[in-house]
Amino acid sequence: MTAAEKINAPHRMAEPPFIRRLLIGIALAFMALFLIVPLISVFAEALKLGFGFYFQTLRDPLTVSAIKLTLLAAGISVPLNCIFGVAAAWAIAKFDFRGKNILLTLIDLPFSISPVISGLIYVLIFGAQGWFGPWLQDHNIKIIFAVPGIILATIFVTFPFVARELIPLMQAQGRTEEEAARVLGASGWQTFWRVTIPNIKWGLLYGVILCNARAMGEFGAVSVVSGHIQGQTNTIPLHVQILYESNNTTGAFAVASLLTFLALVTLVLKTWVEHKNTALRGTAFTPVPVGNKAG
Amino acid sequence: MATRQLGAKKLRVLPGFKLTLGFTIFYLGLIVLIPLTAVFIKTSTLSWAQFSHTVFSPQALAAYRLSFGASFFAALVNAVFGLIVAWVLVRYSFFGKKFVDALVDLPFALPTAVAGITLATLYAPNGWIGHLLTPLGIKVSYTQLGVFVALTFIGLPFIVRTVQPVLEDFDPELEDAAASLGASRWQIFWRVIFPTLTPALLTGFALAFARALGEYGSVVFISSNIPMKTQIVPLLIMSELDGFQYARATALAVVMLVVSFLLLLAVNVLQWWSNRYNTNNLA
Repeated sequence: MTAAEKINAPHRMAEPPFIRRLLIGIALAFMALFLIVPLISVFAEALKLGFGFYFQTLRDPLTVSAIKLTLLAAGISVPLNCIFGVAAAWAIAKFDFRGKNILLTLIDLPFSISPVISGLIYVLIFGAQGWFGPWLQDHNIKIIFAVPGIILATIFVTFPFVARELIPLMQAQGRTEEEAARVLGASGWQTFWRVTIPNIKWGLLYGVILCNARAMGEFGAVSVVSGHIQGQTNTIPLHVQILYESNNTTGAFAVASLLTFLALVTLVLKTWVEHKNTALRGTAFTPVPVGNKAG
Repeated sequence: MATRQLGAKKLRVLPGFKLTLGFTIFYLGLIVLIPLTAVFIKTSTLSWAQFSHTVFSPQALAAYRLSFGASFFAALVNAVFGLIVAWVLVRYSFFGKKFVDALVDLPFALPTAVAGITLATLYAPNGWIGHLLTPLGIKVSYTQLGVFVALTFIGLPFIVRTVQPVLEDFDPELEDAAASLGASRWQIFWRVIFPTLTPALLTGFALAFARALGEYGSVVFISSNIPMKTQIVPLLIMSELDGFQYARATALAVVMLVVSFLLLLAVNVLQWWSNRYNTNNLA
């Protein structure tokens, strides 16, 4: 019997109907106030001046360049963090070694660091006054206030997403299937591609969806390293800020509606993957330490 | 565990340990650890007088007060309402439940800049919600109350998502037992269910609090960023950076990093406690 079935069992003692309705009412009112009203208002504000203005804003060259930069940053950071996530999960789930818990904590570290500080650390290293600043200037390489800085900051803030999905999943699956494949003569790569990947594909997809959402939406860290050069180092969220601060509120919301749409697609995909694989739970976005979850 | 460890060491049939662990440590070092040490090394170039002058300046103290205060109250509000939302989602069925459940994660999926401009516009004196509050003399946008609203928004999913699984796993037989022994519904909740939820509730609170302390994007638009009044610590760090005061920004960052690490430690202890609690329950 699942927990849900047990709860619905007939002998269940429950709250009186009015308490029940009151609690549902409070929960829905809270959700409406904080989530649904803001969500609707994004689209209402975006279309305030009509569809013409809306599409004109989206077709603006500065908007298009911001979209391209965001796609580039996500296109680089997501695959890199994906490779890292698989490698880390393989090492942690399939082998025993000392210091595993410390490693797990360190992997989660970027989650507990303010986005502003995440940007700051790269300024300290690659900025004009930073460790490599003078050397980079001599060689005419720009990292801070340029595209590489944006990509680095994006990699940092999305660093744990794939790893923290795969580690508990692969730990729960154990290593017997891979060991059986090896004993039966499969090579290491064959084992990985034919046994491990099919087992973790939903978890991997889940991690990628969440990683991508954060990569495309990151604001604080990218803001520190961007320099806000329109048409060059502006991502979509930074473009939203520039439009908003230049009193083009409707334009800002038009661009923001793209990100809101992305957020909604993310939630739908996330729910769909959870439905496909019930082992994946809604705690994904909420960084509860991974190491301890596995017990 | 110990025996398995011994066995695995002798009979390691799976390949790739050195490769994957090596890459993991290399990438972790390159992206996270080395850049993070830069903050501490940069700070060590400051004298103690310079450091304390920055981190104990009146402006910094006011920023800590607002950051900690607003984050605390936002996490507290979320603890109360998050518990109700989690309860309703696990225990009751109602129209649109799946939709509401999926929507809980919106504050994570929605980029913070979007949340920021949306809340600032909604709560502005002429905004949808703001114009209802103005006659009551309540100003939200560009005040400390606005900071609190933004931090409540971004902390919303934490409590729900930490409490929900514990509530789902809760063994209803314990409730039946309590009921058969004559406990009232309220007594059952307060004496039987609530103690089980406490570690998860505290974990969620700590996570929401930690997230709120570092938050930048959703606050920058709704706060007027006036020093001593509506400036939270990340905004103060940002304004130091904008003025190219890297040493000052870094000193403040160190303070925040130390606080984050302590919170991370607290969350880890809470998780460990929570697991032990649940294991004991099963046994």
